[in-house]
Amino acid sequence: MSSGLIAEYEVVQGKAKSFYDTYERKDELQHQTHYCPGCGHGTIHKMLARAIDELGIQDRTILVSPVGCSVFAYYYFDVGNVQAAHGRAPAVATALKRSRRDSIVVSYQGDGDLSAIGSAEILHAANRGENITVIFVNNAIYSMTGGQFAPTTLLGQKSTTTPLGRSAQHEGYPLHVSELLATLEAPVYIERVALGDNKQIAQAAKAIKRAMENQVKGLGFSLIEVLSPCPTVWKMQPVQAQQWVHDVMEKTFPLGVFKDRTKEAHVWPARDAAPPLETIPEILGVAHEELPEGKAEMRAQVKDVDLHVRVAGFGGQGVLLLGEVLAEAGLDAGLEVSWLPSYGPEMRSGTSNCHVRLSKEPIDSPLVTVPNVLVAMNEPSLRKFDASVKPGGWVIYNGDAFPEDCVREDVHVLALPFTQVANELGDTRAANMVMLGALLEMTGALPQESVDAALKRLVKNPRFVELDERALARGRELYRNSAVR
Amino acid sequence: MEAEKRSRGLLKVDVDECKGCGLCVEACPPHVISMSEKLNHYGYRTATYVGEGCTACGICFMVCPEPGAITVLKAVYRASDEPGRSLRAEAKEVACASN
Repeated sequence: MSSGLIAEYEVVQGKAKSFYDTYERKDELQHQTHYCPGCGHGTIHKMLARAIDELGIQDRTILVSPVGCSVFAYYYFDVGNVQAAHGRAPAVATALKRSRRDSIVVSYQGDGDLSAIGSAEILHAANRGENITVIFVNNAIYSMTGGQFAPTTLLGQKSTTTPLGRSAQHEGYPLHVSELLATLEAPVYIERVALGDNKQIAQAAKAIKRAMENQVKGLGFSLIEVLSPCPTVWKMQPVQAQQWVHDVMEKTFPLGVFKDRTKEAHVWPARDAAPPLETIPEILGVAHEELPEGKAEMRAQVKDVDLHVRVAGFGGQGVLLLGEVLAEAGLDAGLEVSWLPSYGPEMRSGTSNCHVRLSKEPIDSPLVTVPNVLVAMNEPSLRKFDASVKPGGWVIYNGDAFPEDCVREDVHVLALPFTQVANELGDTRAANMVMLGALLEMTGALPQESVDAALKRLVKNPRFVELDERALARGRELYRNSAVR
Repeated sequence: MEAEKRSRGLLKVDVDECKGCGLCVEACPPHVISMSEKLNHYGYRTATYVGEGCTACGICFMVCPEPGAITVLKAVYRASDEPGRSLRAEAKEVACASN
């Protein structure tokens, strides 16, 4: 050094800008992370933060933190943060990326989170080739909860739930996530790196940056698996734990690039943006032209109504549609409504019932346990629900004769062979609408125009609309002509 | 002074952030980091620059799990007539404060 020169010092390595200056966590500890001494998370956090800094994407990065020790990643990263339910980070990341297309989304997960409870999410996110970056931190054990065995635990490795060591016979073999995902066609870049020594750490930093870059370029799904030390749960000194990653873990989980399609991957055109919220009713075909003033007017005309309806019958009798038309008509008339179906898995010949409520007041619960109107489309349904009808309520029963043992003194009954009536109209399947017609006439709750509108919205085939209209009219007529009042 | 002149780099350790894991001590190629005798506020022995020999390679920073516990500085040489740019004294202070 000549005497004409002086030394000045410039920072070459320092805290990344993508970290907060101080961490808003426990009072005294705002200056350091919550990770144990020697934990790999901190090192990986730094690599990620450095990559974010270097790519200049801090303003549009969203980090999805998992359940596990890194759950608190949002304390440290000065980026957008979302904390996901256990294992669901890739699903959350998918939604974030699709709804905010300019964002750079990182799903940061541990091995318990990603390879156990979240195995389905990661598999499908990878298979869809979501344009996200996944950082998979593998320490071969559940650390946050105190050291239970994970899918990635090594054979022979002791954990609190495999105290004699993992055996292939009982717990199966360590899950090789990177190899597994690399068999899929969609992922663009999958590499396993480690924190076993200086060289490996440098390689890990490079891989993480590349995985982020891929996303910035729009290439698709990248996953970096990092073999990471957990000195506390492994019961080792930090240096010893680092050595264990290098000497032991690596034997089970070989390092390397398992998939790299970055050169041939093409940038997919951006998916279409979601349609604006206000256009959704129109897309679904439920646009109401006269909302909301017209409705308010109509509502004022509707008389006080508080219907608790239970409709029950065989699957295929149109039980659910009956309830739906009733609820939809109520909605059209400006009432508060709820419709809750309850049915078995069968499309035909199972039992089926639904709960419908119509009220001028807000509805507390959609469940109808004490109906004031029961529509029983067959005898078993009548027997099942008859006793639950509120005293003073109505039972509309589809059958020639009302079973004597079901007779109650305190309810009104309209029992008619509705299926036969429908058959006379041209189709037995219209029995539900005949019964609905009787119900509407009996309660007088809804204007006919609302019922017509509901029918047209729910029944697409004009032939059936016509049939159902006749069936409704017939049902009204039957009620008017009946002796029951 | 002569020793410092020879150092291409300088190491700054935040004693409140260091948790004393010792990974940097192991990783440092010229072996110029040691653990302190004194415990910090949280009861950890902390990484300490021995005062000379740093090459500013940055490996200690890379292996350190804490975001800001280590800062690595590199010497740059400028003509002494450049006004108001001498940070040498400042760097010396930094080195003293951190050790």
